[in-house]
Amino acid sequence: MTASTVPAAGRGAGLLTRGAGLLALTAAIAVFPLVFTNPTVTSFGVITLIFVAVAAAWNIFSGFSGYLSLGHAVFYGTGAYFLCVAAQDWNLTGAAIFWLLPLAGVAAAVIAVPLGLIALRVRRHTFVVITIAFFFIAQLSASNLSVTGGSSGLLVPAPNWASATYNNPFYYVAMIIAALTVALSWLVRRSRFGLQLRAISDDEDRAAGLGVRAMPVKLTALVLSAFITGMAGALWVYFIGEAFPQFVFDPLFDLAIVLMAFFGGLGTLAGPVLGALVLEPTQLYLTQQTSGYESEILFGALFLVVILFLPRGVLPTGAEYLVAGRERLRRRRDQGSAPGASGGASGGAADGASGGAPGGAGGGAAARPAAGGAS
Amino acid sequence: MTATLRAEGVTKSFGGVQALADCSLTAPAGRITGLIGPNGSGKTTLFNVMTGYERSDAGQVLLDDRQITSAPPRRVYALGIGRTFQLTRIFPRLTVLENMLVPGRQGRTGREQRAHAMELLAFTGIAGHAGALAGTLSYGQRKLLELSYVLVSDPAVVLLDEPAGGVNPSLIEHIADRIRELNQGGRTFLIVEHNMDFVMGLCHQLTVLDSGTVVASGPPEEVRKDPRVLDAYLGTGPGDD
Repeated sequence: MTASTVPAAGRGAGLLTRGAGLLALTAAIAVFPLVFTNPTVTSFGVITLIFVAVAAAWNIFSGFSGYLSLGHAVFYGTGAYFLCVAAQDWNLTGAAIFWLLPLAGVAAAVIAVPLGLIALRVRRHTFVVITIAFFFIAQLSASNLSVTGGSSGLLVPAPNWASATYNNPFYYVAMIIAALTVALSWLVRRSRFGLQLRAISDDEDRAAGLGVRAMPVKLTALVLSAFITGMAGALWVYFIGEAFPQFVFDPLFDLAIVLMAFFGGLGTLAGPVLGALVLEPTQLYLTQQTSGYESEILFGALFLVVILFLPRGVLPTGAEYLVAGRERLRRRRDQGSAPGASGGASGGAADGASGGAPGGAGGGAAARPAAGGAS
Repeated sequence: MTATLRAEGVTKSFGGVQALADCSLTAPAGRITGLIGPNGSGKTTLFNVMTGYERSDAGQVLLDDRQITSAPPRRVYALGIGRTFQLTRIFPRLTVLENMLVPGRQGRTGREQRAHAMELLAFTGIAGHAGALAGTLSYGQRKLLELSYVLVSDPAVVLLDEPAGGVNPSLIEHIADRIRELNQGGRTFLIVEHNMDFVMGLCHQLTVLDSGTVVASGPPEEVRKDPRVLDAYLGTGPGDD
């Protein structure tokens, strides 16, 4: 949208670099399990890609509309339990279970309709509180209903795939879901629907006064978001192999995806993806290396740092530093003196932040679209 | 496209405070009507009631002879009434062009909408800022943007709440010219404004509110001399301009 003021040639070149960057990132992710064959590493990969999809899906609703949901675990868990029950009832095993993923998404989307009709009547903090209430209702129901197996949980039959490449089917299915979600975010972002969502985020009453049908727009975004989150939850539970209420409906799940989106840049396309690519492996690694609660304390602290110092996320703020640094550099060059340390330092900081993503090419590629979007 | 907008016997109170008492006002088709009065006399409240942003306790609002009392803002807008706000309400995190695309019209392709949006921005004089985030515009430019996107749906009636307030003098003249030009096309205007030169130079007729009641109505020259108006509004001291 901002591109309309950019000269056509520059826009073409920008698209080309972005396209190449995206292609490089996709290729890097695609060959990752072939290069790093250690099952622990590939299982980190599976979980990370699931979180890429979930963070991007959360962003389609919450990032664009400004309605912060802390109840997406409801959709994740709905998808997860749906898969467990359906696989059992229909006697599915192995790769056939993957066909249940879209259905699990539909189940979560169906749940999202009444929840949305109730919660989307209120705004801001009231909305957040209601989503938290939904979360606890779901968790308590899962612990007490017979269909979910109560607190003794449900099992999914593990496929009898070769142990060396056991993770790979999960990995590639997760990658497809993540890629489709990112593509969907892009489509929404550039559509009239996405524009209406962002207008609602800025001033909902004003948007309504200009003919925007706020409720259907918000509800559609929530349902789309829930659909993907449900699919991701189903894939996750199949990968894990078991469903217990306290893990399927985990309050930390919601905090994690919110942190990922805020960390990378709320409402941007690349932000939640970057957030998931950086934070999820870190979290998994720390949990494995320590007794577990240290990583949670660390993430709590990180949450504070991001909210206090980078409220708009690494990408938008990094892009600002980068632009400001370049501007300072050019001004200095114009004055005839040598480029100083401060311009280089801030540029370096932004590069360093995005370089945290696996694969140097991937980090650079993720940073670029946001830099363009912020200009 | 034009229409007459009327309020009849509108009454509204907030808690124990009577904001509007039996207010009647007509903005005749194709005319520019000014609504003036001291601060707190109920001008904005009347605007809000007429555009569905607030419900009246009694009375009715009519567009030509159609009842639009208590219609929600979205419906009021769909029927061809556009309004701006005293403190402009634009979408700061969208670009200027994106702001223009929020009110979209049915039956137009994206390309047509964009072209139409750019025409309107050129008309109001802020086309050069199309790609800028609306939040970076100056106050006067925001007023122009709000006027621009209200025009997207080609409303028959436009209500402007202090279009000249806080805007620099050269831009005020520019805004007045745009309003005149739009009015020549037949559009009805109802304008709340404190700037007396602006109001006197622009409006065909004035309605004066004081403490929630209409104290005078008529052509600017007459209203200006009306003793009740002088007493209620113009006579209140400095700050009349």
